[in-house]
Amino acid sequence: MSFSPSSYLNQEILNVPKSGIRKFFDVAQTMPNAISLGVGEPDFITPYHIRNAAINSILDGETQYTSNWGLLELRQEIAAYMKERYHLTYDPGKEVLVTVGASEGIDLALRILINPGDEVLVPQPSYVSYAPGVVFAGGKAVPVSTDASNNFVLTPEAVLDAVTEKTKAVILPYPNNPTGGILDREALEKLAKIFVEKDLIVISDEIYAELTYNKEGHISIATLPGMWERTIVINGFSKAFAMTGWRMGYLCAPAAFCDVMCKIHQYTIMCAPRQGQVAALQALRRGREDGWQDVEQMRNSYNQRRRLMVKAFRDMGLECFEPLGAFYVFPAIPKVGLTSEQFCERLLKEMEVVAVPGTAFGESGEGHIRCCYATALDLLNEALDRIARFVQKL
Amino acid sequence: MQNLQMELLQILKEDCRLPLEQLATMTGVSLEEAAAAIADMEKKGVILRYSPVINWDKTARERVEAMIEVRVTPQRDQGFDAIAERIYRFDEVKSVYLMSGAYDLLLLVEAPTLKELAFFVSTKLSTLETVTGTATHFVLKRYKSEGIIFEDGKEDKRLVVMA
Repeated sequence: MSFSPSSYLNQEILNVPKSGIRKFFDVAQTMPNAISLGVGEPDFITPYHIRNAAINSILDGETQYTSNWGLLELRQEIAAYMKERYHLTYDPGKEVLVTVGASEGIDLALRILINPGDEVLVPQPSYVSYAPGVVFAGGKAVPVSTDASNNFVLTPEAVLDAVTEKTKAVILPYPNNPTGGILDREALEKLAKIFVEKDLIVISDEIYAELTYNKEGHISIATLPGMWERTIVINGFSKAFAMTGWRMGYLCAPAAFCDVMCKIHQYTIMCAPRQGQVAALQALRRGREDGWQDVEQMRNSYNQRRRLMVKAFRDMGLECFEPLGAFYVFPAIPKVGLTSEQFCERLLKEMEVVAVPGTAFGESGEGHIRCCYATALDLLNEALDRIARFVQKL
Repeated sequence: MQNLQMELLQILKEDCRLPLEQLATMTGVSLEEAAAAIADMEKKGVILRYSPVINWDKTARERVEAMIEVRVTPQRDQGFDAIAERIYRFDEVKSVYLMSGAYDLLLLVEAPTLKELAFFVSTKLSTLETVTGTATHFVLKRYKSEGIIFEDGKEDKRLVVMA
């Protein structure tokens, strides 16, 4: 009898589809003149003083493990940051855990909550990892659609429709990748009421919090009455400080949650890489000293390009929801019988512009494409020009 | 208004060829407001001109640059201004700064050849009455100027597609 590796594999994991963007990546790689609006990270490189702090740390021989929870100074700085920026109070000793990117945070939060068969509400369109993460943790992901008519945010009605006795938790991915939707205070208040009523735990992925473009800025659901104790806040340094490759994230949650998340983290990861932690510490210390200048400058620059993108798509005659967070626009494609995947394939082949089909972020993303504007202005203008010509000839 | 002007300056500093319409969109104001803000800055001399940043080392043009420290005797009533003006009127002089420390004026001087630059120093600059001494430092390579790095190597290291 021949040896068949796949017969040994976990069926649940095998059944999870691979991310749908891989083929675009492969095709685009072969086109040197392609302009990519498909990236998912800042076009800034990590500020020099942050890079330098990590270099000095290596030269100083700081090459050892840190505490499982992360460097205490870093956790203290994170707690101070959460207090200053988002009015959230966490004890750096037992309510802050430094993770390998926000991605590990998502995984940990799901794993400590889910018992076999538990359901987790996943608003969509949203970042590609949530639903697979729920499955990997042995749960069932329940997609909840959002659309432009409700500003691409979760509504209390949609939650009530989706909740069952098995619903344990809800993912709250705002500011949202790919739509740029954010939750304002009014929307948060309504949702919080339902979450308490239905006794749900909230996994609030706030990785894009610093990239919020309205006056009030980002509001964390954990600041609402009755929510702190039932919310796990996920954040990190990738987007706000242009530190994607460092893989530095953190979790803030009540000690009873954090303690268990740290147990998994301790046995599987040990600790986040030390130099990443040193760099993150520098990012927060300098930020607090100089009034968050790096963050402010980057947000300003994104905001300029955001306005440009929205106007350009609307000028093409396309419906374009005004994103108030993150660094993506999520315009509707022309209704000419193309799926968003076909649209993106042709856009790449005929105009050499990479955009991501909305369906990569859930079925409810059909009819839209995601375009990242974290790209140099001259390239953005060229890409918009090519898209306009493409749309015209459809 | 002040904020708008600062934001416009920041954008123009990166690329002064952007059309007015785009500047207005990017700053979230009307075409008229953006135009007025820019006109105001031009009138007040905040914006002096719109010129490209050129890396002459990549052109065929031969040229030599030097930083020259100049010690001068300040003149009654006019301080350093009069002598500074006499110096900055020379075409060879690209920049003039009044400095604190061991010397008074710092010049950035440019000439087609080493010989011509030496000629400028010996016949035009040092012969000025109030100039009491000079020290010439030739520029060997320009790495960064006005915040712009002149080295290559800015290629995008990001993955083309990432969710």
